[in-house]
Amino acid sequence: MKRTLLLLPVILSGCAGVQSALDAQGQSAILLRNLIFVIVIVCSIVWLAVMAMLFWALLRRDRPKPEDSRTDKPMQTAVIAAVAATVVIITGLTVASFYTTRGLGPVPDVDVTIRVRAQQWWWQFTYEDREPVHAFQTANEIHIPVGKNVRVLLESIDVIHSFWVPSLAGKQDLIPGRENVLTLRAEKPGFYRGQCAEFCGLQHSHMAFVVIAEDEQNYRQWEATQRATPSEPREAEALAGKAVFMARQCSACHTIRGTQATGISGPDLTHVGSRMTIGAGLMENSRGSLAAWIADPQTLKPGNSMPLVPLSAQELRQISAYMESLK
Amino acid sequence: MVEQRLSVIADTDLDRAGLERELEKTWGAQPGFWGMIATVDHKVIARRYIVTAFVFLILGGLLALAMRLQLAQPEARFINPDRYNQIFTMHGSNMMFLFAVPVMEAMAVYLVPLMVGTRNIAFPRLNAFSYWVFLAGGILLWLAFLLDAAPDVGWFAYVPLAGPEYGAGKRADIWAQMITFTELSALAIAVEIVVTVFTQRAPGMSLDRIPLLVWAMLVMAFLVIMAMPAIMFASSTLIMDRLVGTQFYNPAEGGDALLWQHVFWFFGHPEVYIIFLPAVGMVSTILPTFVQRPVFGYLPLVMALIATGILSFGLWVHHMFVVGLPRLGESFFTASSMAIAVPAGIQIFCWLATLWAGRPVFKVPMLFIIGFIITFVIGGLTGVMVASVPFDTQVHDTYFVVAHFHYVLIGGAVYPLLAAIYYWFPKMTGRMMSEILGRWAFWLIFIGFHLTFFPMHILGLQGMPRRIYTYQPELPWGGLNLFVSLSSVMLAAGFLVFFIDAVRSCVHGPKAGENPWNAPTLEWATSSPPPSYNFRSIPVVEDRNPLWSRPGELTVAAGLRTDRRELLVTSVVEALPHARESSAPQSVWPFWAAIATSIMLIWSMFSAWAVVWGSMPIAIALIGWFWPKGAPEEES
Repeated sequence: MKRTLLLLPVILSGCAGVQSALDAQGQSAILLRNLIFVIVIVCSIVWLAVMAMLFWALLRRDRPKPEDSRTDKPMQTAVIAAVAATVVIITGLTVASFYTTRGLGPVPDVDVTIRVRAQQWWWQFTYEDREPVHAFQTANEIHIPVGKNVRVLLESIDVIHSFWVPSLAGKQDLIPGRENVLTLRAEKPGFYRGQCAEFCGLQHSHMAFVVIAEDEQNYRQWEATQRATPSEPREAEALAGKAVFMARQCSACHTIRGTQATGISGPDLTHVGSRMTIGAGLMENSRGSLAAWIADPQTLKPGNSMPLVPLSAQELRQISAYMESLK
Repeated sequence: MVEQRLSVIADTDLDRAGLERELEKTWGAQPGFWGMIATVDHKVIARRYIVTAFVFLILGGLLALAMRLQLAQPEARFINPDRYNQIFTMHGSNMMFLFAVPVMEAMAVYLVPLMVGTRNIAFPRLNAFSYWVFLAGGILLWLAFLLDAAPDVGWFAYVPLAGPEYGAGKRADIWAQMITFTELSALAIAVEIVVTVFTQRAPGMSLDRIPLLVWAMLVMAFLVIMAMPAIMFASSTLIMDRLVGTQFYNPAEGGDALLWQHVFWFFGHPEVYIIFLPAVGMVSTILPTFVQRPVFGYLPLVMALIATGILSFGLWVHHMFVVGLPRLGESFFTASSMAIAVPAGIQIFCWLATLWAGRPVFKVPMLFIIGFIITFVIGGLTGVMVASVPFDTQVHDTYFVVAHFHYVLIGGAVYPLLAAIYYWFPKMTGRMMSEILGRWAFWLIFIGFHLTFFPMHILGLQGMPRRIYTYQPELPWGGLNLFVSLSSVMLAAGFLVFFIDAVRSCVHGPKAGENPWNAPTLEWATSSPPPSYNFRSIPVVEDRNPLWSRPGELTVAAGLRTDRRELLVTSVVEALPHARESSAPQSVWPFWAAIATSIMLIWSMFSAWAVVWGSMPIAIALIGWFWPKGAPEEES
């Protein structure tokens, strides 16, 4: 029942999850939304005041003669007052901005640390652990516990990308040769969509990911599953798919823990069947979409690094079954 | 000595018709094709510049419409991602480097010599050279687009995406070299403007009597001179990284990807003011004419121009608020970015006071200025928003920013430019533009603009990033995007009406007299269009609004020779007559120098040796250009 309730927003908003700075569900995003509201309201009032002055200036009657200089003094006072008001408002907004920045500062207690390695055009996520054997990788999807601070370490292995989950926090760039840090903290369970926000080449538009915020218990369960090596597929078709996967080029780029597939240039597929989307948010994950992707990745997302591997129809079905079985 | 004196013809020796005939003989262009190529008349060159820049505006606008077609619905397939990335890169580069900056400089080239009352711009051959180089740069970029080899790395060309490893082919090189062309032409004009304003003003036009447009152009020219070397460094080092294996931007070899962003934006932010300050000058100059009253607050307006120019160099980091710089540095740039709202506010309030005290006449230029105030204030306020670091982390690189800078650049610069075209068109062509078509153009552009760009603020806050060629149907952006795309057609229709009006009025517009608007500044003291020598006699200025204070004939200075091109040089502060100096006659060498420079620059995308071999034709052209003709120089 709980699971279905949790899935409700997915049904409502497609598989995307929310991606809006106005629909703030994270601690930082809520602070930012409040600041945005304050500044937008103040600025709107300023604009209306200037417009009132403009239309008064345009439409008023009984105008002085051009050579009449008696209006100069009051005009001077008015302009000085208006400029002074500008200075006061600008200072106020600057101070409000500083305080918000302070509220977003680094947090001392961190429950989960995730290392992000962005690359054209997908996201590699590594859940770090003091015990290196407990670390595990996912792609284009992270789970986080609600109400806990999650530290996100941001790196890029190729060009500049930007990590942005508007409903949870402001964005931060991932720059080759540098490491940036961002704190995520979701206040409510839900699906939050994120997307690369810095132009990064051909498929910049298709470089999304999803953040799934769930309660501590569900999160721990998910974490344990991800850490574990997937069990041998039970279905015969999936088992045959595993053999095809290992025999073809697939294993050169992808890792599936517990098998001889240890490639690192593509996403880790150890638990690919458990993810919501494939192709960095391109499609909902299903056996059909997996088959479509594997059959022709270049038509679905032109320019991405996955080559077209010639497979028979039967092999394609088998591989898709195997992928789907990797829960 | 005595004989030589006698052979000199000074303007005092002749009657009016004779004087005009003599001056035309000395200053007029030679007929025929080579005469056109060789001309150094600032008005002819400026007209070419303006027309060329508006052609680029049309082309850039068509690219914008293509993007709106693609974005009108989710996962549309009108344009493939590769072409889309070329299109948005072209749109930005074209609008910034081939339209906005050149058109503002071209207005300066046309207006500054007339407004300060001189016969030609300083360094007239450099001026001709500048146009040909600009044209070559524009052709290079658009040819590349036609050949499907246009840059696809964004108008900001961030490394490493534009670097040797990820920017394959010649696309990024073409972008970088197009920059070299346009910065070369911009720098040339900037130098001409500074020298013209400082040394060639009419006698009596002391610093506190300079028209505000001229002040704005002067500050703009200084910004160009100080900002362009940064982008020249950036584009040259990018080409070197790509061509000869330097490692400026490669972190693996000790370079730094962020260095690019610093040098690019150190140029890129003043660039915005290079476009915006001339527009401000246009408003301050046009507004008084349509309220028939001198502008209120001349001195604060000049101070605001200068303050904006200085502050514009302290803002660049606000383009980099999400790259992870230290907090303290970011806070400084928040404060400085907010602070620039103060000089902007001073200008707005001075204009409002001018309107309040005057008697507004609602002609088309005035409509565009009112539209400018309404729109630009929104753009300025959203600028205050993005100046806040925390606010910016949510809207940076989203459609909110797209909306913001179109409000500033179209609302803040293109509206005043259109006002300026309607205002000075009679001076440039001798004919008036249509009031009726002008009103249609204004309302279509004004309403179409707001319907197109206002919803983009909301799209940005709803999480839509910039520079995406498509979005998925489940994202809630489809409706607004369709609305924006439909509205853009209205905006385009407004520009179409404007262009129809401009072309039609060139031929059929009613004749304009010398001063159809009853304007106060010197450019209106000569015929429309002005003769090749601008003024029959050099006017003498006694206050800020010479044509209002002396509605009849102006006092003039005499004593310039008419048998060769001579200018009056005056002192920097008081504009006291100093010397007579000859102005360079026409020459085809600037044209050949520009051709040689273009060959060298294009060749250098392929081989570093081009810099060596390509310099030789340039040297030959320059020798021809500077060949001494034995004319005596500078008589005090």
